[in-house]
Amino acid sequence: MASDIRWTPDLSRVFDVLVVGGGNAALCAAMTAREAGATVLLLESSPREFRGGNSRHTRNLRYLHDSGNRHLTGPYLEEEFMKDLLLVTKGQTNEDLARHTIRESRNVGLWMERHGCRFQPAMRGTLHLARTNAFFLGGGKALMNAYYASAERLGVNILYDATAEDLALRDGLFVSAAFDHRGGRRTARARAVVLASGGYQGNLEWLKESWGPPAENFIIRGTPYDKGRMLRVMLDQGAQPIGDPRQGHAVAIDARAPKFDGGIVTRLDCVPFGIVVNRDAERFYDEGEEFWPKRYAIWGRLVAQQPDQIAYCLIDSKSIDLFMPSVFPPIEAGSIRDLAGRLKLDPAVLEETVRTFNAAVREGPFDPAALDGCRTEGLAPCKSHWARPLDAPPFYAYPLRPGITFTYLSLTVNRRAQVILQDGAPAANVFAAGEIMSGNILGQGYMAGFGMTIGTVFGRIAGKESVRYVVERLKRS
Amino acid sequence: MSSSVLKEADRVMTICNACRYCEGFCAVFPAMELRRTFTGADLKYFANLCHNCRGCYYACQYAPPHEFDLNVPKALGELRLATYTEFSWPRTLKGLFQNNGLVAALLAALSVAVVMLLTLLFQGHAAFFGTHTGAGAFYRVVPYAAILLPFTALGVFILVSLWKGVANLWRETGGKPLEWRDLRAHRQAVWDVLRLRYLEGGGDGCNYPDERFSLTRRYFHHAIFYGFMLCLASTTIAFFYDHFLNRAAPYPFWSWPVVLGTVGGLALLAGTGGMLYLKKHMDRAPASPEGFGMDIAFTALLLLTSLTGLLVLVFRETAAMGTLLTVHLGFVLGLFLTMPYGKFIHAVYRYAALVRNALEQQRSRDSQ
Repeated sequence: MASDIRWTPDLSRVFDVLVVGGGNAALCAAMTAREAGATVLLLESSPREFRGGNSRHTRNLRYLHDSGNRHLTGPYLEEEFMKDLLLVTKGQTNEDLARHTIRESRNVGLWMERHGCRFQPAMRGTLHLARTNAFFLGGGKALMNAYYASAERLGVNILYDATAEDLALRDGLFVSAAFDHRGGRRTARARAVVLASGGYQGNLEWLKESWGPPAENFIIRGTPYDKGRMLRVMLDQGAQPIGDPRQGHAVAIDARAPKFDGGIVTRLDCVPFGIVVNRDAERFYDEGEEFWPKRYAIWGRLVAQQPDQIAYCLIDSKSIDLFMPSVFPPIEAGSIRDLAGRLKLDPAVLEETVRTFNAAVREGPFDPAALDGCRTEGLAPCKSHWARPLDAPPFYAYPLRPGITFTYLSLTVNRRAQVILQDGAPAANVFAAGEIMSGNILGQGYMAGFGMTIGTVFGRIAGKESVRYVVERLKRS
Repeated sequence: MSSSVLKEADRVMTICNACRYCEGFCAVFPAMELRRTFTGADLKYFANLCHNCRGCYYACQYAPPHEFDLNVPKALGELRLATYTEFSWPRTLKGLFQNNGLVAALLAALSVAVVMLLTLLFQGHAAFFGTHTGAGAFYRVVPYAAILLPFTALGVFILVSLWKGVANLWRETGGKPLEWRDLRAHRQAVWDVLRLRYLEGGGDGCNYPDERFSLTRRYFHHAIFYGFMLCLASTTIAFFYDHFLNRAAPYPFWSWPVVLGTVGGLALLAGTGGMLYLKKHMDRAPASPEGFGMDIAFTALLLLTSLTGLLVLVFRETAAMGTLLTVHLGFVLGLFLTMPYGKFIHAVYRYAALVRNALEQQRSRDSQ
């Protein structure tokens, strides 16, 4: 029985569809293929407890809908959706695939509910996205639990601790995959393969190739199991890359976060209300440039560019209650000098940085909900909004490090989710879905809940198209 | 109260408050979101608001084996048990919460033995083993006054004890005496209880006994709750018949006391039996091991009380009636004795926490 974790599949048979990966895109592909009548084997590299890849850390999905419903407060139509996407990607998108994704996402919430997903009504913390994004009751892990249960019920063969390592292709056609299962090397044969094994942000060695030694100090916000093996294998076999390998979605998170899998709770929203200094106790960027949700994704890169990839956000007691609580308590001291001591920064320099900043502040009416008039004058770098002197002890500090969410380098695909090879022709029976191909559509920036949209839409396309391929091949032979 | 229990609850809720993915499951998370840091009073309130549906455990990206080792139902369950000890009245008896399963079982066994022995001693062999029919048949085995006086005294003690316990909880979780009189909050809390709103999850129920969603536990709990209420109604009506209408028990089958008691007893039997079955098969990971014995003892005692009550009904015209009646009265006595010092207490504390929740959510809505 597939729900027994000791279960192993009969590998002497040829499966119709092999799915590599165990997150949202993989399960959408596996369920779709199975419902179309195919035999499906799914290889998830993590143990059961950590199944679901980065999807287990997600919380919502953005989809096209013509009117509001029980969990969405109003309509979200194609043109607005497309406009939002173009805004964040600044044109780094394949417009044809992007529009296809958006159209195919229409009312996908209904399909998700039929496969066990439950949404929650708009609540306090989710209101700003309540019209465009549907929130999973209990978050991404609850969604993954529901999908795994549905997939098992449908008869998808699921193997945990199974890490695909190599793909055998003959004349551009997939034949088999070699994988490791608890230390033993095995081979799975299938008529088609869906690669849904994520990006490579869990692979520090690979990150170092693009980012250099600073990558050593990066924190990986999600799963340690996304090593990018299938991405590498396909690129080595001549697949066409897309997306900048030097880019990744990086935010500034609490430096005390675990190296992997810290997820949402390590997020810090205090930057606009304080100042941020580096190892040398100097400021380096305008903390109040824009509302935090519009700026937080640039701070990962900013901190990555600082010596030792570390920074400290300093606030005083006036601001401690203005942002979402985070998982680690702030470092606290009665004076800036003491705070410097606790942070192991040069006390004289830090005091000077704070003194200079305080002197440059021109206070207007302070309003955290607006681009207010509190700013600095004659200071470089300036602070454009929410600038108030740090003068009300106790003083607090949060250490910051770059936290990588995902990488952009992807496999190029067509509308049928087929992987494009070097000659521009699609591999007939190699499909890709989810993070491994999201760079086609999301080549830059980020839009809340859109990674899950790409995974769901392309997972379903890959599932459907892989079965179409198998059926056509069987008809021919 | 052991500070490690409070500390763990604080650690867990601090992580939860930075995540908030579970806010759709129940009342605990929206209550948590109204706060930035937590006092002991807040945490004790959350612990009693938690219905142990375990939705948050299976949905948690930080659940073990993740290094954060987050287990909300377990942390709050352990704190909840600690509050039972802390809030109980009179405090001198709070030791009864230690090894509560064993304590309850011994008390129940002792109660049965005492009732049987006293009856045999004072009423004699012939009355105990004889066949009695017609009005007042039960009282020929156990005299009316011997039932009425001890149980009335015990009933008064229980009511005082529960009331004191609730007052302790209300005060220790930050409530003011005047707030308790907010009728709107009581209306909301009563509705939450009658419906068992927080065992509904997202409509598919809670993750009990295992990872899968199920409404089974909610249905069994409903059977116990409404079964208990029907039995209470049956007893009250019988008391009224006996006292004011001069109609002594036993009553014919088609009479209010017997019909309500039978339906209630059967519901209790099904509910408690089902609950014990689920408990036996439940995933122990999100459970606090200390509370296990207490839960089992209370549920089993309810089951035995309803079972013996139904047996009295079936065999009331035979010579077995005396034995069955005294065993039944013994179990009722055991149930009464353990009411303020066992699982039953969750009913009143949960209700008080729901009132507090209704109050503060109203206030939060009004201030927006």
